[in-house]
Amino acid sequence: MTVTANELLAVMGSRELRNDTTVFTGVGAPMMASVLAQRTHAPRLTMMVEGGVIAPTWKPGELPISTNEMRAAYRAQMLPGITDAFLLAQRGFFDVGFIGGAQIDRHGNLNTSAIGGYARPRVRLPGSGGANDIISLCREVLILTVHEKRRFTERVDFVTSPGYLEGGDSRRRAGLLFGGVSRVVTTLGIFGFPPESRRMQLLALHPGATVEQVRENTGFEVLVSPSLTTTKPPTEEELSILRMLDPKRQFIG
Amino acid sequence: MTIAPREYDFVAARQRLEAKPKSAGPKLGSLEEAAALVKDSDHLAIGGCLYSRTPLALVWALLRRRPTGLTFSRNLMCYEGEWGMVSGAVSKVVTSWMGIGLPWGLSRIQREFVEAGRVEFEEWSHLGLGLRYRAAAMGVPFLPSLTMLGSDLMGVGGSKTVTCPYTGRTLHAVPALFPEVALIHVQKADRLGNCRIDGYPHMDADIARAAATVLVTAEEIVSEDEIRRHPDRTVIPGFLVDALAHVPYGSYPHECYGAYDAEPEHFTTYVDGIRERGAASVADYLERYVYAPTSHADYLALFGEPRRADAAGRARMLTT
Repeated sequence: MTVTANELLAVMGSRELRNDTTVFTGVGAPMMASVLAQRTHAPRLTMMVEGGVIAPTWKPGELPISTNEMRAAYRAQMLPGITDAFLLAQRGFFDVGFIGGAQIDRHGNLNTSAIGGYARPRVRLPGSGGANDIISLCREVLILTVHEKRRFTERVDFVTSPGYLEGGDSRRRAGLLFGGVSRVVTTLGIFGFPPESRRMQLLALHPGATVEQVRENTGFEVLVSPSLTTTKPPTEEELSILRMLDPKRQFIG
Repeated sequence: MTIAPREYDFVAARQRLEAKPKSAGPKLGSLEEAAALVKDSDHLAIGGCLYSRTPLALVWALLRRRPTGLTFSRNLMCYEGEWGMVSGAVSKVVTSWMGIGLPWGLSRIQREFVEAGRVEFEEWSHLGLGLRYRAAAMGVPFLPSLTMLGSDLMGVGGSKTVTCPYTGRTLHAVPALFPEVALIHVQKADRLGNCRIDGYPHMDADIARAAATVLVTAEEIVSEDEIRRHPDRTVIPGFLVDALAHVPYGSYPHECYGAYDAEPEHFTTYVDGIRERGAASVADYLERYVYAPTSHADYLALFGEPRRADAAGRARMLTT
């Protein structure tokens, strides 16, 4: 059974989620990861969707394209409104926040605004949406992204969403007293940020991936954990749940 | 690029409200009469979110008047922002994100206009913009927040920080945004302008309180007695509303919670046109869908009744 990039991200992302916790999520791979966790090891995980949806029960085959449409609200427990949804995150109610693919640097800063200067960009990107809020306000943040050299860059042109800024304690010094990026889950492996340097470090490789491959696809020096491990491949159960949820493969690819 | 003082001047904003009639009388009129209250160079806050409960009929009626120099602000800007750019009506967009959704890719119109410097694009985080409306709704010049700190977004509008007078911590002083006009579409209102929203509240209640002038369209006009039977469901009181129009399918082909589903295939056709011919395709679209029809009913007729009925059927399935 071939595993697609989004299936791999959803499975690896879901395994980072714990039972009896809360997750702030967007559409795409993050939403697949959250629902998969609920249906496997984390049945008491509460999901908040960016459009302002608490605990939806999505219909298989009717997954939402945006976070604020009727499909995203299907059989939810509450629709608090967007501002109040994020204020719950500012209050500290969200253990984990998910952010999807973007341009990312070695300190976990993300750019989804503009390539080549803000005022007259070479490429204008869609913008933060809630990504900046999620990374600023949740207790920990998981970034899910395809691993490509153009995404993993030495310095982002514009910090839309602050990871660890310049590293060290610069994030806290900027006033971001809480949270931070805990893991970057890519199609090649899983990365963390050791507290002293807050520089991205390879913690685990997915089955079949190599350190060389990571180096070739990363635009900055790759630090490798001395205790590098290998992740367990997606199970039949995990993949069959994802494929049941998304039979038209709109999100899993 | 910085925000203008008039956006957060809470004293002037209050004076505008104090000078204005706040009538308990009827507000119901035509869509065209509502749109006529918008003046060139106004800042318009647009309700709903992305392709949900967009006040698209109000945008439609407004663009037909060929306005100029407008600012559009919205939490997540859908293709009404592209219409504003291509029609020449909009010179500044304020939002946290622009596009339709993942399947439709980047907004090529946003790229073209922003990369060429033809419109000003002011980006906030989603909560950042929400708090700008919330601060204005509360009548204060800013709200302290932890969001956006340390990011380059702080420099886009000219955000400042404050030192908390109690804890000494650094906080983002998110500046208020008092728009001239709020455009809002709701499921139900009585003729006095008391509004009820089903499903997602989005930021509509805040922008109705933040703006100097509030324009509302409603899917359905209900009796005053119906409103009084469920006053807990009223989210915008009538005395905030300046003009109200009865416009069924007033968000179509965007969705209206419980009333009708969106038409993603229509979005795809629209985006395919842009892929082939860029802004010229949007100009043709505006000619066909906005300028040519002489009434909103004529606009809806371009989609056909069976298609609308199908969208209504899907909405019932998704909300029961």
